[in-house]
Amino acid sequence: MGNVQPTLLRRFMPLIIFSVLVIFLAVGLTLNPREVPSPLIGKPAPEFELPLLLQEGSFSNKDLIGHVTLVNVWASWCFACRQEHETIKYLSRQGVRIIGLNYKDEASDAKQWLAKLGNPYQAIAADRDGRIAIDWGVYGAPETFLIDQQGIIRHKVIGPLSDQAKFDALMTVMETLNK
Amino acid sequence: MIPELGHFALIIAFAISIVQSIVPLIGAAKNDSALISMARPAALTQFLFVGLAYAALTQAFIVHDFSVLYVSRHSNLVQPLMYRISGVWGSHEGSLLLWSLILSLWTIAVAIYSRNLPEILMARVLAVMAMISTGFLAFMLFTSNPFERIFPAPLDGSELNPLLQDPGLIIHPPMLYMGYVGFSVAFAFAVAALLGGKLDATWARWSRPWTTIAWSFLTFGIALGSWWAYNELGWGGWWFWDPVENASFMPWLVGTALIHSLASTEKRGVFKSWTVLLAILAFSLSLLGTFIVRSGVLVSVHAFATDPARGVFILAFLVVVIGGSLGLYAWRSATVVSYGRFTWFSKETALLLNNIIFLTAATAVFVGTMYPLVVDAFGIGKISVGRPYFDTMFSFVAIPLLILLGVGPAVRWKGDNVARIAKVSIFFFIISLVIGLLLPFLIEDKLNVATGLGFAGALWVALTTLKELFERISKKLKLSLSYIGMVVAHLGIAVFVVGVTTTVTYSEEKDLRMVPGSSYNISGYEFRFQGVRKVNGPNYIADEAVIEVWRGGEKSGDLLPQKRIYSGKGNPMTDASIDKTLFRDLYAALGEELEGGAWSMRVYYKPMIRWIWLGTLFMTFGGLLAVSDKRYRQKAKRKSARSLEPVSEATGNA
Repeated sequence: MGNVQPTLLRRFMPLIIFSVLVIFLAVGLTLNPREVPSPLIGKPAPEFELPLLLQEGSFSNKDLIGHVTLVNVWASWCFACRQEHETIKYLSRQGVRIIGLNYKDEASDAKQWLAKLGNPYQAIAADRDGRIAIDWGVYGAPETFLIDQQGIIRHKVIGPLSDQAKFDALMTVMETLNK
Repeated sequence: MIPELGHFALIIAFAISIVQSIVPLIGAAKNDSALISMARPAALTQFLFVGLAYAALTQAFIVHDFSVLYVSRHSNLVQPLMYRISGVWGSHEGSLLLWSLILSLWTIAVAIYSRNLPEILMARVLAVMAMISTGFLAFMLFTSNPFERIFPAPLDGSELNPLLQDPGLIIHPPMLYMGYVGFSVAFAFAVAALLGGKLDATWARWSRPWTTIAWSFLTFGIALGSWWAYNELGWGGWWFWDPVENASFMPWLVGTALIHSLASTEKRGVFKSWTVLLAILAFSLSLLGTFIVRSGVLVSVHAFATDPARGVFILAFLVVVIGGSLGLYAWRSATVVSYGRFTWFSKETALLLNNIIFLTAATAVFVGTMYPLVVDAFGIGKISVGRPYFDTMFSFVAIPLLILLGVGPAVRWKGDNVARIAKVSIFFFIISLVIGLLLPFLIEDKLNVATGLGFAGALWVALTTLKELFERISKKLKLSLSYIGMVVAHLGIAVFVVGVTTTVTYSEEKDLRMVPGSSYNISGYEFRFQGVRKVNGPNYIADEAVIEVWRGGEKSGDLLPQKRIYSGKGNPMTDASIDKTLFRDLYAALGEELEGGAWSMRVYYKPMIRWIWLGTLFMTFGGLLAVSDKRYRQKAKRKSARSLEPVSEATGNA
């Protein structure tokens, strides 16, 4: 060991790391944090029609009207969905109407997953290529949308519902709808 | 009138700082001794004017000049004098002023005590420090003027945050800032060396004592903060991994790496560019710490949105200081060659390992602190990274660190014989492990591996450090103050580890509902609740509970925890009462009044918690001892005689 002369990359590395940090920070600061929750909130659920996963027939946005509904985006490949599944089942037992949006999944995998872990969904729409999810502004699974009787999106949860804070926030909005 | 004078003094200081940051650099570039010699007087005058501004603000606090907005927000007529003086640094604007004052103090300290430094280097160092000062003064003058007036002036002011009305917190921020700002000296030396393009071992020699003093202040400042939180917050904890604490802990971790790395660079001429990088990093984290605590970003990123001017300024300032110095590093460090050769088993390697461990720890803290901010900024949600993360990270870091600490100081420079070290170390290692693991058995008849390892680690560090000391004494080797300083600081770590291990494992705490006359037993102490009485303080009224503590049929003291209501905004505060001895603390905090004359109360038994702070005092003292070593002064004198010729490298057996 000895006679170490720093290479070009090694000399610039600290500066590069710092620049990345600054860019990150600058972008973060220009975003208005209050705007980030989905722009879809307060707007009607986007139009769609998808085949059902388990039965013949299809499911469309019109089927959302008339009930307070949770639309839960999930997939069998999604680890966090497994984590939140007990919470979804709990809500289903409480009589909440939950519609699944099976996201970029193989039908056989999805059915196997449900057979193993239980099926809390009233109906499951299969969004095989994820095109409808784009309309809904889905970043990834799991995500959950709260839709009111008029078919308007009232709340969106990103990430597993098993998170207590997210769950509580969802419940608060849901309670106002059920009044 | 006087506040305007203060404001004016600040503007003059700002002007001087601009001159001080430009003229000496031009002088250094052109080798013009007239321009170079401007650095020192400029530093002195700048200090004078910043001091004047500071005195003006203090005066406004003392005479209750509520026409000054800052004074009216942070003091009132009944606030005691002590807390009016400390009110100066109670919030954003004033603490910036304190920062600037301390920076100018360090600057003149460098100007005065480094008289034998080469003039060109000195000019560059003072110029770099002036640049930092320019940034702070501009920030104050353009976005956060402490002398802003309000009209009409209120008859009485609001108040200083009651949390800050504690003697421990009077000196906590100044100590912390002494540490933060002190790292600016190492930073300035590093940048000056980069500017000069001569990055040899000399700059390490010059900046080493300064860095060690700054580190001692920071250690003491952090310890005070922890001590204050324990006394005031009523949670009985001594460290909360709170972002504000982490902001001061990160520069400490990197600073600790830096003082060790400076040793390698000074003695053996190795790791030169790495040490420079650490000096830049330590100060960058100090800046970040100052700003993220003061800007309010930690509470919420929305703080930036509410005052965009400050946010943008802070970001721009950080980019200029950190980005600028890192750019300079990238440009200049190409010429740096480290000569010293060493084998894998040498003091150089041990110090390198020390650096890796401390930087790992700093990275862990950085990620844990910044990640929630980033997540919040991008609106993904609010998360907090808590205790379990940090505790796990630090248990992983502690084990290699403690093992290294037992071996590192004994290993020789360049290379050592593994067998020589192993022969004695293995004996101590086994002894420590056996005794350490046995101790939990003796205390409560239970095997507790984590606790045992904690004790073993402390024992191992203490035994090996003392063994090395006694060996030197028996060989009649001269013991330098810097060596003794190291021994004391390292023993401090052992003391600290004992304190943490014992407190974490054997503390007992209990939330109680107590009616007057009832009592409760905790770890052999009986807490007898006598009742609650009203007490009047200078600027608060309080409910004070009287709790008698009995042990073995004898009264050992009273605990008088209070719940205070401060007269200003009616802010409530709990003031815990603590019965302290070296081996255990009894701690009581008063909660709410419940129905039926009962009170909720929290009582703790905290064994050896005092050792945590005792350990940090050892470290602080060790740092100060190391700096007092006369070799720094002697060497400086010898070197000054031939300061114009390049200093020869310690090339070892290269």
